Amino acid sequence: MTGLIQVRGGRTVAKAVDRPWLLRAASIALVLGLWEWGGTIPVSIAFPKFSETLAAFAGMITDGTFAGAYAETAGPLIVGVSLTAVGGVLAGLVMGLSSRTEWLGLPVFIVLQASPSAAIIPLITFIYGIGFTAKVFAVVLLSAPVIVLNSYRGIANTPRSLLEMGDAFLAGRFKRIVKIVIPAGSGLIFAGLRLGLAQGFTGAVLAELLITPTGVGDLITFYRSVADYPRMFASILSIILVASVSVTLLQRLEQRLFRPEMRPA
Amino acid sequence: MTNRTSPTSEPTVPGGVRNPGDPAVRVVDLAKVFAGGVRALDGVTFDIPRGELTSIIGPSGCGKTTTLKIIAGLLDATSGQVEINGTPVTRPGPDRAFVFQDFALMPWATVLRNAAFGLELRGVPRKEREATAREYVAKVGLSRFEDAYPHQLSGGMRQRVGLARALAVDAEILLMDEPFASVDEQIRRKFQEDLLRLLSEEDKTVIFVTHSIEEAVYVSDQIVIMTRGPSQVSKVVRPGVDHSGGSGHIRRSPAYLDWVERIWAELQGYLET
Ligand SMILES: Nc1ncnc2c1ncn2[C@@H]1O[C@H](COP(=O)(O)OP(=O)(O)OP(=O)(O)O)[C@@H](O)[C@H]1O
Ligand SMILES: [Mg+2]
Repeated sequence: MTGLIQVRGGRTVAKAVDRPWLLRAASIALVLGLWEWGGTIPVSIAFPKFSETLAAFAGMITDGTFAGAYAETAGPLIVGVSLTAVGGVLAGLVMGLSSRTEWLGLPVFIVLQASPSAAIIPLITFIYGIGFTAKVFAVVLLSAPVIVLNSYRGIANTPRSLLEMGDAFLAGRFKRIVKIVIPAGSGLIFAGLRLGLAQGFTGAVLAELLITPTGVGDLITFYRSVADYPRMFASILSIILVASVSVTLLQRLEQRLFRPEMRPA
Repeated sequence: MTNRTSPTSEPTVPGGVRNPGDPAVRVVDLAKVFAGGVRALDGVTFDIPRGELTSIIGPSGCGKTTTLKIIAGLLDATSGQVEINGTPVTRPGPDRAFVFQDFALMPWATVLRNAAFGLELRGVPRKEREATAREYVAKVGLSRFEDAYPHQLSGGMRQRVGLARALAVDAEILLMDEPFASVDEQIRRKFQEDLLRLLSEEDKTVIFVTHSIEEAVYVSDQIVIMTRGPSQVSKVVRPGVDHSGGSGHIRRSPAYLDWVERIWAELQGYLET
């Protein structure tokens, strides 16, 4: 098999498959290269080159623009995501453990997940005004369905044989949930939390774009209005970076807490 | 018949004074119809003498696992009942430990924690339960793998973790569902020896499901032969193979081969109908 690859002169390809990070780096380099190239054509006057964006990004770090903006965005985001994480996992647990609440709660979250949230967010302002509460609510609205539904799936699908084992070795109700049901479901629960966190970012930024301009959302709006496109793109890039870093950290936490066998050696 | 000595004095149990001659487990006219109408058992009756090893043998799907789970209190019978020391079974209890056909190990826990899990659920302090579990993990030959996770083990090794977990809770009755199904023939024979030795060291009543006639004859004091559809007990036999002569000697002895042949004929009769 490797012989075939070598005949085609694909030696480096064979090596890259052995080392996934090489492929990952190559894919990132490709995207950034295309971006740089797209900026030189240019695709649009509002589309800066990657190098310009990077310079703007560095500038915004050093002059404290990001620090100020994220301090503002973090408030509703942290409060909202913490609320949904606790409430959502609890709701998922309860729904996964009792069929009555399952029928009561499940349809609500399925509908919520399927609905176009950006359209609902302006409605929040009618109920909660334009302050902090409204933004927290936007975060909750976007992150709750995926957290609840994943927690529910994780809990409801505990392997039967493990439950039976717990019964055979006399697990009480509480120990059965804490020592078997939750660890068995932790994969799906944490997948939900990761997606929920990503959704929470979307909610926070959407709220800042649609309700009142503050934080990172305000950066985007402001730099667009003054046509400073490198800084506008740098702001967007920062959201992607911050979101992926927090999601990765959450994944580490999960492996540490519940699934030591999945930790990379 | 049995080559293990029965204890002479028995503690008293709820439900009356226990006589050494009483069976540990009585299965009385057990029937099980699963939701959906599958008749898994149809009037199964047999006794399991205390301190002995009883095998249950029969074709796939005849209800061996179902019988074992009803004895364990994991499944409810549709009718009939199981008595343990004279008391009807309604739920799992500390007097019984189960070795599962599909291992039922927690993938997120190490071998040691899996083996100690029965004790963990009973609230035994960590140091104490790990010491006990370590002892049994060693007895099943997995000392080197204490910190491994189930996915790093072969099927046979996983099964041995399940065995260590059941032994660690020190239950009087051991329910084993095809414990040696996923090991090769050489290891299997070693396990059979280990099991016999273990049972001579610890006074336990064992119910052992197997597909192998040779295995059943070799390890059992008593064999319950089950038939398929509707599932009933076709025969209870006591081969009583004399273990004093060593393994190779027994497996060539006429008495052993004769029993294997007789049970084979018994099962075959039901395969043809
Ligand atoms: N939960 C269940 N629901 C419905 N039918 C079941 C269930 N469990 C077992 N059965 C049926 O009951 C019958 C007996 O099953 P059981 O698992 O006791 O057989 P077994 O003798 O252990 O077979 P094997 O040797 O293959 O392990 C089978 O026909 C099976 O399909
Ligand atoms: Mg079975």
